[in-house]
Amino acid sequence: MELVTTVVSRAGAKMSSVRWKFRMTPMRWVFTGIASAAIAVILVRFVLGLGATTNLNDQWPWGLWISFDVLLGVALAGGGYGTALIVYVLRRDKFYPIARSAMLTSLLGYIVVVLGLLIEVGQWFNFWRPYVSWGHASVLFEVFWCISCYTVIQILEFCEVGTEKVFKGAHKYLKKAMPVMLIIGITLPTLHQSSLGQLFYLMVGKVNPLWWTAFLPVFFLLSSFFVGAGMIVIESTLAGKALNHKVEIPVLRGLVKISAGAMILYLMLKITDMVVRGTFANAFAFDLPSIMFLSELTFGVIIPIIIAFSSLSSTRKGLIWFGILTVSGVIMNRFDVLFTGMGKYLNQYGGSYVPAVSEFIVSLGLVSIACLAYLFLAENFNILGNHGSEHADDIEIKDGKYASTAK
Amino acid sequence: MAKGVLVDIPKCIGCESCSVACKLWNELEWDEQEKNKTAIDRAKEPNNGLWPEEWTSINRYDPEKDGESVARYVKAQCMHCEDPACVSSCFSKAFQKLPEGPVIYDQSLCVGCRYCMMACPFDVLRYEWKKAIPGVRKCQMCATRVANNQETACTSVCPTGAIIFGDRDQLLAEAKKRIKENGYVDRVFGEKEAGGTSWLYISDTPFEQMRFRTDVTTKPLPSYTEGYMKATPFVGVGWAAILAGLYVFNNKGKEPLD
Repeated sequence: MELVTTVVSRAGAKMSSVRWKFRMTPMRWVFTGIASAAIAVILVRFVLGLGATTNLNDQWPWGLWISFDVLLGVALAGGGYGTALIVYVLRRDKFYPIARSAMLTSLLGYIVVVLGLLIEVGQWFNFWRPYVSWGHASVLFEVFWCISCYTVIQILEFCEVGTEKVFKGAHKYLKKAMPVMLIIGITLPTLHQSSLGQLFYLMVGKVNPLWWTAFLPVFFLLSSFFVGAGMIVIESTLAGKALNHKVEIPVLRGLVKISAGAMILYLMLKITDMVVRGTFANAFAFDLPSIMFLSELTFGVIIPIIIAFSSLSSTRKGLIWFGILTVSGVIMNRFDVLFTGMGKYLNQYGGSYVPAVSEFIVSLGLVSIACLAYLFLAENFNILGNHGSEHADDIEIKDGKYASTAK
Repeated sequence: MAKGVLVDIPKCIGCESCSVACKLWNELEWDEQEKNKTAIDRAKEPNNGLWPEEWTSINRYDPEKDGESVARYVKAQCMHCEDPACVSSCFSKAFQKLPEGPVIYDQSLCVGCRYCMMACPFDVLRYEWKKAIPGVRKCQMCATRVANNQETACTSVCPTGAIIFGDRDQLLAEAKKRIKENGYVDRVFGEKEAGGTSWLYISDTPFEQMRFRTDVTTKPLPSYTEGYMKATPFVGVGWAAILAGLYVFNNKGKEPLD
């Protein structure tokens, strides 16, 4: 099925129109299906409440939605600020070809996080309270301000891309504002990525000492930075298949090496932290937390470092493995901090929490919505292409498949 | 003067008058699920007898005293910390510690993130999971009564003097006196726990056998994140300045990227 819509974007003397394209493939139908199921569950959640749609309880006030949609969503979207730093601030122009797609993934990630939060909080209509009622002693206060402001900044940054095609008049102003937006757009995530870790520092004595440390903010920040390359590899592989676009190996390899550099720092800090707090015995107790902790570090950090600095990273296969392992490592880490880390304490008097099917549906649904949005935007805007600014008036229809403009 | 309540555990006979008084004064609803529960049942459930409509609960434990198992009734409710984690964790200021002692909650400011529940060192916060528009529920230490120089509803009805209301300082002195006189466990639970609480417990049987969190930190919980939050604005501004400098330096003489 093809959906092609033509809309007139500029009324007046010079008529120009914009074409929108969205090609439905079997995979996209699957995404649409999951997204529809999720929307149904979300409606039930708003009508009947959290008790009816989740297995959350007084022992486990935070569950899958917080850990997956928020902790993990924000971490995996870390590729955006990392890339902005490398490309625009440090001007490593070699990585420019992936900049737009990495930043778009990040934007969509944050939109998922914000939507997820609105569904997850009890009184969603009160979401604006912290803007006026300042609970500034709370780490969450900072997380809230940074995430919401950063999402707005990212939308504006995307508008710079968007106005190449629609509302072209605004393009030059957005372009002028880009340096400021980029700098704010790197500062904010640096702050809230670390603060997400610091959130757990308040739960003194509740989190397993393997994860509960004064270094939590640093660990969360560093891991959100190094997971960026992994996400970009996976995303460019998937998008490459779906949209017929491949990123060159040297570009990805360079990114992977930067990421592995951050991993070495992370690993050294982890070991330092264990020495300082004397948690080696916990790490090698070979109970569940210790096994999770060790595999998180081995598969998510040590093996990816080896891949990055060996000849393995010169092949697509090696890069994909780097991506899968790194991303899985960070997924494990965020789940570990909450579930493995707090399980013993929260379950000590018979508490229990296993996410309900409806919770999984919503989480997967939000991801599906993000995937569909990504595909739509990547097909209709200059995200993956060669980045020459496209001017509607100069370009004729290239071929039926990628028609983006028409006179 | 900050008020408090002293709980003398061995004096409690488990009549549950306090629970009834709490329900009446705070107009808490009668809950079907609580109908057939006993103090023993409540002591075993994960929720510790505390639910959205049950702000206090009498739970029975069987701790050991001189090698023998004895029955002890323990009142559970919010401890009303001196420097509460819930107040510092709330990003919309829905929680407040009053100078008279009570820690109160205002649902109209609450976003419903439940960070307070994760942060509470005594796990006393309960959420209205069954409601479409839920709030956090807990003992408010009869804040309106205390503000009007009245004692809390629960203490006002206790027939045995197991719970007494008063100035925290005086109660603390009284607690220490009773520990000496009666040969109790040498610990006032609440004196230093989580930086000190308005509610104080004394007992003749080990606290850890009656579901007290005896290994809780003695530092006020907000102190764990205070420094971090104070440093944040400076780190943010400093980092932004560094980034701006790097941006200008690295873009000097170069074509801007599209």
